[in-house]
Amino acid sequence: MNFNLTMIAQALSFLLFIWITVIWIWPMILVKIEARQKMIADGLAEAERGRSSLADAQKQTDKMLAEARARAHELVTQAERAANQRIEESKTQAKVEGDRLLAAARAQIEQEVQAARQQLREQVAALAVSGAEKILRREVDSRAHAEMLDRLKAQI
Amino acid sequence: MAAEHTSVTPAEYMAHHLTFLNHPVGGDGGFWSLNIDTLVVSLVLGFVGLGFFYWIAKGATTGVPNKRQAFVEMFFDFVDREVRDIFHHGDRHRFVAPVALTVAVWVVLMNAMDFLPADFITWITSHLGLSHFRPVPTSDVNTTFALALSVWVLMILFAIRVKGAGGFAHELVASPFGGHPVLWPVNLAFNAVEYISKPLSHSLRLFGNMYAGEILFLLLWMLASAGISYGLGGIAASVASAVIGGIAWSIFHVLIVLLQAYIFMMLTIVYIAMAHESH
Repeated sequence: MNFNLTMIAQALSFLLFIWITVIWIWPMILVKIEARQKMIADGLAEAERGRSSLADAQKQTDKMLAEARARAHELVTQAERAANQRIEESKTQAKVEGDRLLAAARAQIEQEVQAARQQLREQVAALAVSGAEKILRREVDSRAHAEMLDRLKAQI
Repeated sequence: MAAEHTSVTPAEYMAHHLTFLNHPVGGDGGFWSLNIDTLVVSLVLGFVGLGFFYWIAKGATTGVPNKRQAFVEMFFDFVDREVRDIFHHGDRHRFVAPVALTVAVWVVLMNAMDFLPADFITWITSHLGLSHFRPVPTSDVNTTFALALSVWVLMILFAIRVKGAGGFAHELVASPFGGHPVLWPVNLAFNAVEYISKPLSHSLRLFGNMYAGEILFLLLWMLASAGISYGLGGIAASVASAVIGGIAWSIFHVLIVLLQAYIFMMLTIVYIAMAHESH
């Protein structure tokens, strides 16, 4: 063990190397590593944000889908109800119309029966008068016996 | 090579490998001389190691790193984590962490020179006309003391910067036992022991481990060369001891090299962190 000037020279070398590392090497590597750390952290945060926004979108979609489904169901029900109602209405209307037509036919028949009866009555009356004329062989004053004839007509 | 060393005694072989390439600079040598091998190897290693880090840092991407960059970043993060766990007194990135990285890179590389076969190195350097060459800078006590004393000076400078000169002086006489004037000499003696033992243990631990590692390699090879003059069986025994012993010690020495560099770095961080703590 003999100390000599080498010690001083080595100390100076050491200080030189420390200076080089302090000024250049350490900051250069540190900057790169910290930049990468920040990049990775940012990337992870971004991915997390993306994931949460995707979940939000999914939720929104589900909600919209459920709403649409409910609306469609409602529309179908409404349409069914309206159709049923219209069918019922038509049925009622048809029935009323049928009744009306039936009543009209009946009235007409009644009227025609009356007319026929009237005609028949008049013919019978004429026949009766002409029969009586023939029986009595004399002219019956139709004007003098009109009252009687009318009475006769009414009785038939 | 073997023929060279059979002509020298084991003591001469050891002494040869444990002598620095010393060059006097003015005066009659002694303190005023430089260990050229230590200086050249340590400077080359420092520039190669830090140059590698600089090269990778310059081409580093913030995106997906390649494997070289990943290695540098792993090393960087390892050092940074150790500093973060120990140093809680402000921005570690400004000074403490870079110092720890410098120490780690430089000391690991200097320690790792022990893996190079010393005879192979000296065979090359002797052909370059150099009388001696020791390739492991950290088995030179000058290197370890230079590092430890630099850290020691940094420690005192930080202590004064954080607490002020008065605060530092107060701490010297008033801690750890108390501020009563009667206790001042005791405190001062206690702190003196602490301030002297810190750089001593810091530097000698590393030096001792690396020096011992080097000596053990030399002993193994010397043992191997000793068998050569005892015929074929002797040569076989030599090769076996050199190969098996060399491999075993090399593997164990990998652990020592990394562990001692790690300990040196940790102590550097701890000493500087302690300078920031006030009592």
